[in-house]
Amino acid sequence: MSSILEIIGPSMIGPSSSHTLGAMRISRFAYNLVGSIPQKVIFYLHGSFQDTYIGHGTWLALIAGLCGIKTDEPRVSKANEIAKNLGMEYEFEPIDLGNVHPNTVKIVTYKDNAHHEIIGSSIGAGRIVITSIDSVGCELNGEYPTLLIENEDIPGALSSIIRTISINGTNIARLNLNRASKYLKLASAVIELDNEVPNSTIKSLKMLDVVKSVMYVKPI
Amino acid sequence: MNVNSFSELVEISEKTGVPLDKVVLHWEMLDTGNAPEKIVEEASKLLAIMEEEYESKKGKTFKTLVGLTGTNSKKMLEYLPNTIIGENAFTAATIAITMAESNAAMGKIVACPTAGASGVMPGVLLTLEKLGVERQKLVSGLIVAGAIGKIISKRASLSGAESGCQAEIGSATAMAAGAATHATGGTPTQVANAAALSLKSLMGLVCDPVGGFVEVPCVKRNASGAVIALLFSDIAKAGVESVVPFDEVVDAMGKVGRSMPESLRETGKGGIADTPTAKKIVQDFSNKFKL
Ligand code: SF4
Repeated sequence: MSSILEIIGPSMIGPSSSHTLGAMRISRFAYNLVGSIPQKVIFYLHGSFQDTYIGHGTWLALIAGLCGIKTDEPRVSKANEIAKNLGMEYEFEPIDLGNVHPNTVKIVTYKDNAHHEIIGSSIGAGRIVITSIDSVGCELNGEYPTLLIENEDIPGALSSIIRTISINGTNIARLNLNRASKYLKLASAVIELDNEVPNSTIKSLKMLDVVKSVMYVKPI
Repeated sequence: MNVNSFSELVEISEKTGVPLDKVVLHWEMLDTGNAPEKIVEEASKLLAIMEEEYESKKGKTFKTLVGLTGTNSKKMLEYLPNTIIGENAFTAATIAITMAESNAAMGKIVACPTAGASGVMPGVLLTLEKLGVERQKLVSGLIVAGAIGKIISKRASLSGAESGCQAEIGSATAMAAGAATHATGGTPTQVANAAALSLKSLMGLVCDPVGGFVEVPCVKRNASGAVIALLFSDIAKAGVESVVPFDEVVDAMGKVGRSMPESLRETGKGGIADTPTAKKIVQDFSNKFKL
């Protein structure tokens, strides 16, 4: 059950918890995924986000999140200038993502040779759900540390991954599995954790033969 | 401790003599595991944000996102010596409008319980502070307000998109009325009456923001919320009772919300949003920023 603190707060940058705070939390998630400020980002706006991105300040909130600005910092309202100073290019494009929540955005980031794609919806009262990361389906609220692992889809792979995570006392809160390609025998796992994982765990995961890649996203 | 009604909290407090805010803190601890000191500390921080933000924003002109409001804080501060409704009520209204305009201009606010209604609580609490009510009492009032809001969110809704503005400005007003009553020494029953009477007076209020943006009529409704909260806090402390108890008023508000057509639930399609002036504003604005 929610705390009274969520009723009498939080403190945030106006004007709307779903169009400003929620949007910013989705983009903070993307920032945590990239791990730093990207060189370029494209925001694809769906539904109501597309209609109201200026009047609700959604565009500034989205830019602010990717500049690493926290959700209640007044400089959110100057995020466009801050992005310019930091050298982050941004673009806004309309998109139709089909039958998804009206307040949905797809964020594509570019940094050096890497690019990432996330899709997230702002579902009210500042709460969000991330529904896709680099084309892997998921359902994250951004409040837990999360591991994204691409692995070989062979027997025993998952159990060795889970063993490696739990060995250091990290507790798994939720597990999302996806078969990326049956032909290539590739699968991906999105793992939400109860506590932050030590760097050593991420190193050990990367050393596993069955693991192709590991990404770690801190909570928002 | 599974509390679903405000009357249970009032009853515990009146039977045991434990102050209402302490009963709420106990409930919070059993329900969420949060330590009472932590809640008090966080609530005090939220009050501090209201104080700081008002001090730095009062009398300013705001450049809001859509530009439909933003000069009213200044006008009202200047008008204060001429007030007819009284200095306290007019001050509460001025603070409420200042915070709501700041919200529309991407200022920092406390979503108590929502961003659109974020002027009501500071309007009430900061006015009491000017009158000399101790800060620690204001914090305990804020905690009681949290319980009022939580009961509303359990039994009905705090969202304009779900239940109209009665759920946002209406709930904020009920919470602020309860906070004021508790902070100024009202009994738990009087707190419940103040909340019930305010929510009743805003029953049926629709959510009809022009263009869907949190400016018109949102900003000015914060002023009415703050004044109504102070009014019913006084009325309840005078001993006037709400014939229908708070919990039932909340249920009624939820039912009214569910029977509201979508056009009156934050879609920007009905009410004030559906007037010729509003439509023209929206047309001009969207022509400017078509994606
Ligand atoms: S009219 Fe709607 S958007 Fe405006 S304050 Fe009321 S509930 Fe919020």
